[in-house]
Amino acid sequence: MLYNPKDIISTLDMIDNQHLDVRTITMGISLLDCCDEDIDKACKKVYEKICRKAQKLVETGEQIEREFGIPIVNKRISVTPIALVAAACKAESYVPFAVALDAAAKKCGVNFIGGFSALVNKGFTESDLKLINSIPEALAVTERVCSSVCVASTKSGINMDAVALMGEIIKKTADRTKSSGGFGCAKLVVFANAVEDNPFMAGAFHGVGEPECVINVGVSGPGVVHHALKSCKGEPFDVVAETIKKTAFKITRMGQLVAKEASERLGVPFGIVDLSLAPTPEKGDSVARILEEMGLESCGTHGTTAALALLNDAVKKGGVMASNHVGGLSGAFIPVSEDEGMIEAAKCGSLGLDKLEAMTCVCSVGLDMIAVPGNTPASTLSAIIADEAAIGVVNCKTTAVRIIPAPGRDVGDVVEFGGLLGSAPVMPVHPFSSDEFIARGGRIPAPMHSLKN
Amino acid sequence: MKAIVTVSGKDTTGIIAAICTLLSENNVNILDISQTVMEEFFTMSMLVDTSKSEKGVAELASALDELGKKIGLVIHTQREDIFTLMHRV
Repeated sequence: MLYNPKDIISTLDMIDNQHLDVRTITMGISLLDCCDEDIDKACKKVYEKICRKAQKLVETGEQIEREFGIPIVNKRISVTPIALVAAACKAESYVPFAVALDAAAKKCGVNFIGGFSALVNKGFTESDLKLINSIPEALAVTERVCSSVCVASTKSGINMDAVALMGEIIKKTADRTKSSGGFGCAKLVVFANAVEDNPFMAGAFHGVGEPECVINVGVSGPGVVHHALKSCKGEPFDVVAETIKKTAFKITRMGQLVAKEASERLGVPFGIVDLSLAPTPEKGDSVARILEEMGLESCGTHGTTAALALLNDAVKKGGVMASNHVGGLSGAFIPVSEDEGMIEAAKCGSLGLDKLEAMTCVCSVGLDMIAVPGNTPASTLSAIIADEAAIGVVNCKTTAVRIIPAPGRDVGDVVEFGGLLGSAPVMPVHPFSSDEFIARGGRIPAPMHSLKN
Repeated sequence: MKAIVTVSGKDTTGIIAAICTLLSENNVNILDISQTVMEEFFTMSMLVDTSKSEKGVAELASALDELGKKIGLVIHTQREDIFTLMHRV
């Protein structure tokens, strides 16, 4: 046999029993040519361009799934930040753009479309402000649109006016979607050092440095890593790191293959493979359980940050050789409501916001899919964002906050979102005020090491 | 185009015959077979060439999947590339 039957069986086992899948094929589409003074005309152009470019995306993804026997869970679209596309419009609200994006997503059959976004790391344009103020309504009246706002970067520091504003916007978004537990906030990400080629939602947008149209792929596979680690119980960390690297290589190769096929069939250039371990709420597909497999009784206890640091680094080292272009967020994700082990850890009190914040220093994202009490003040949300942004800015990495102040809920409640978004136990925040801190506004200067030239 | 067909389930008579008949009817050439039976559990992997078949890998996969359900076996059919890439540097 040209192939070792053991290898064949191991691949099948990964797919059938360990939740190996390609998490997303995301098509990035530039909308820069859709500008128009007339908002209706602009929205029509946006809708038509997306439908034209992405009409075969879902069909092609499904064909690849059938030929390779690999599940491709999501097919998605990211677009140029709408604050740029809409800047020429003489309109006070950008909600019509969100509606057009939503309609295009439905027409193309994708489950999420990202890019109702603004990049305000240094300051706002008039258009940025209009977009941000449109977010609560946009996320309430649409189903599939995702929004993100970048409020900080290593090069420009932290825009504290934007940080303050986003606390208010998150509260308003929760309020507008209170019948679904504040679901709108699950589609809203506040970034520091946002990346332009991220295929994962809710933070995906198609950056201005990107080509006309591009295919980016996000892999997954916490279950496979967890399974592999079961074979090295009690072994030193050198063995653990090596095992994760080898597994990440295999997972990423599969992602690279899917990306290459999708790009060829759609006639769209291949952008990047995002080497991320993205969990789901299903049993056996959890990042928290990988950390526990390393010897922690429950995720969140002392040692969790070190375990996550090792995992994150080994995933990148194994993955980087398997793909010719790596990008996006690339690392382990720790979205609380989307990870079965994290949900358990938060429920039993072993995982709190402070530990999660520490974990975001060593992994690819930030405080993700966290529900907090509905009466949390906007200034506290802003202060949480400021802390995360500081971690991102100082460590030259992406950090993000996707937090849900669940209306009418308190610590001990659980907010159900369903599907991949899972269920979020409401976690406590510090009761002490950050009001005066957030009220200052202005800009926290870029750190010394941003001056690299 | 080459594909790998993997078959697993309880051993009975005529498994290989049934699968090979379907493959031959569809003009699919078998390049290599590896088969074992462990405690009545049958596993087989085949490397096949589908270039002369009118059906693509996806269609063959669903035909074989149906056949598998009929005779009580799990049959996966996947393009060869996935195994080459995952298990070889």
